[in-house]
Order: sequence, then C-alpha cells, then structure tokens
Amino acid sequence: MTIGLGHYLVVAACLFTLGIFGIFLNRKNVIVILLSIELMLLAVNINLVAFSHFNGDLVGQVFALFVLTVAAAESAIGLAIMVVYFRNRGSIAVEDINMMKG
Amino acid sequence: MASALFFYVFAVLAVAAGATVILTRNPVHAVLFLILAFFNAAGLFVLLDAEFLAMLLVIVYVGAVAVLFLFVVMMLDVDFAELKAGFIKNAGVGALVGGIVLAEILALVGYRGLTAASSLNVAAPVPAAGSGITNTQALGEILYTKYVYFFQGAGLILLVAMIGAIVLTLKHRTAVKRQSIGAQVARGPKTGMEVLKVPSGGSIVPPAAKHPEAAE
Repeated sequence: MTIGLGHYLVVAACLFTLGIFGIFLNRKNVIVILLSIELMLLAVNINLVAFSHFNGDLVGQVFALFVLTVAAAESAIGLAIMVVYFRNRGSIAVEDINMMKG
Repeated sequence: MASALFFYVFAVLAVAAGATVILTRNPVHAVLFLILAFFNAAGLFVLLDAEFLAMLLVIVYVGAVAVLFLFVVMMLDVDFAELKAGFIKNAGVGALVGGIVLAEILALVGYRGLTAASSLNVAAPVPAAGSGITNTQALGEILYTKYVYFFQGAGLILLVAMIGAIVLTLKHRTAVKRQSIGAQVARGPKTGMEVLKVPSGGSIVPPAAKHPEAAE
C-alpha cells in the first residue's frame, strides 16, 4: 500500500494532541510544558513538509525552516527566563509564578 | 513497500516517544524521549524528500535545543516528584480537550479526503527527480532570492533571542574587581601623576588614590 498525505497528517495530529495533553497533564512543571510546545511545533512541521511533498511546492519547507528558527529562539528565551526565575525564587512550579497578580 | 514499512516504524516510534515525553516522571527521560521523537520525525522528513530539513532537525534540534534543555533540567535542583502532584486530577480535562482536538483533526482529514491538489498555484515547484538538483540546492535557490528578507528576519530573531538570553542570565557581581582597559588606556601623565608643593618643615597627607575600580 502506498503512503499518502493522510497518513502523515494523522501522525502530525497525534503528536499535536500529545502536546496539548502534555500541557494539561503537567500543569505544574514548566519544563515539560516547554517540551510539549516543542512537540506541537514538530507536528506542525510534519504537516508543512507533508503538504510540501504531496503538492510539489517547496515553499512549505521554507516555512518549516522559519518555524524551526522561531521555535529555537522561543525555547532559548524560555529556558533563560526559567533559569532566572529559579535563581530568584528557588522553584519553577507554575503556581508560584503569580508575582504580577495577573 | 519498504518505504511504507519505514513510514510505519518512524510514525509509531515518533508517537510513542511523544507519549513518553509527557507521561514519564523524570524530566531527563522526557528530554531524551523528545530527542527520540525528533530523530523519528527526521526519518519521516527523509521519506518526504526533505533531506535538508531532516538534517537540520537532527543538528539544530537534537544537537542544540535538546541539549540546552538537558543542561537546564540537570542544572536546576528541582523536586520533580512534588511537581507531579495533580497528575491524575488534570488528566481528565486534558484527555477531554486532547480527544476533541484529535477527533476534529481526524474528522477533517477523513472528510475532505485530503490528497495532493492538482490545480494548485505552485509558488516554487520541487525539482524533478532526474534533474540532478538536490533538495538543499533547490531550497537555497528560493530561500536566498525570493525569501531573502524573511531569511534576514529569521536571523534577526535569533540575534534578539541570543542577546535576550545572555542579558537575562548574566549575573553582574559588584564585589569583584575587574580590569577596566578603557580607564587604563586613558590614563596619562596628567591624570596619573600629581605634583604637590610640600612646605618646608611641614607635611601633607596624599589624597586617596583615584583608581577607577575604587570609584565603582
């Protein structure tokens, strides 16, 4: 049997859902929330590359490249904020992040 | 046939690794399974003829971002067992939302029967298989011409992220004496030396030495 576009979309959907589920499941742990966001971005990239392949258009891969760039920048900034927060408060539990009372 | 087999291996392993990322209790294991998920996604990209992105995923993601995660997880001394409390409590609502999202996406994929569109306006066609142009070359040819401003913007985003991460985590210690090269170079006979008239039979107390470090 041949592997079509739908197969890849299903894999990406499963990974995206796992990312959403992980955010709910590990609501207290910022590190796992960041990992879940990475999973969701990976799923989006799989979607983009799959559409790029099956439509014969290279722009999808260019967009996936930019998504990778932004994801790398986001995780670097997120981890830096986490390190500073841990240095100031000695904890990274999400419930403790309420200094701004938003 | 072989490509179908590889697809199923990569897909199942990627989804299983993704599930382990969110379910495992040890964050170090979570990061390692995230690396496994990225590797399998890179395998899927190779199957989709996106070799450059696959290598980018392995080099940039596994080599840089995941290792950065690993560093931070191992550096922070956090009681992760405490953070796992409420794991079961949130599972219900998480499963509800995740299940709805998954069902919606799968229903959309199944309903539209998403296949390759034939009458689509292709902005940048993939080079033909026998043309001898590799995926990397084709990607570079449009990335550096048509999308060069976006490329520069991506570089700017990375620069801002780098500067932001450095500024956030750099600790400025005030107690440490540092060499100030500018002050040393600017120091000349006029500022480095003072001629005092000492009255005969008297004495003067020299003023406090004006070191740039002492002024801080």
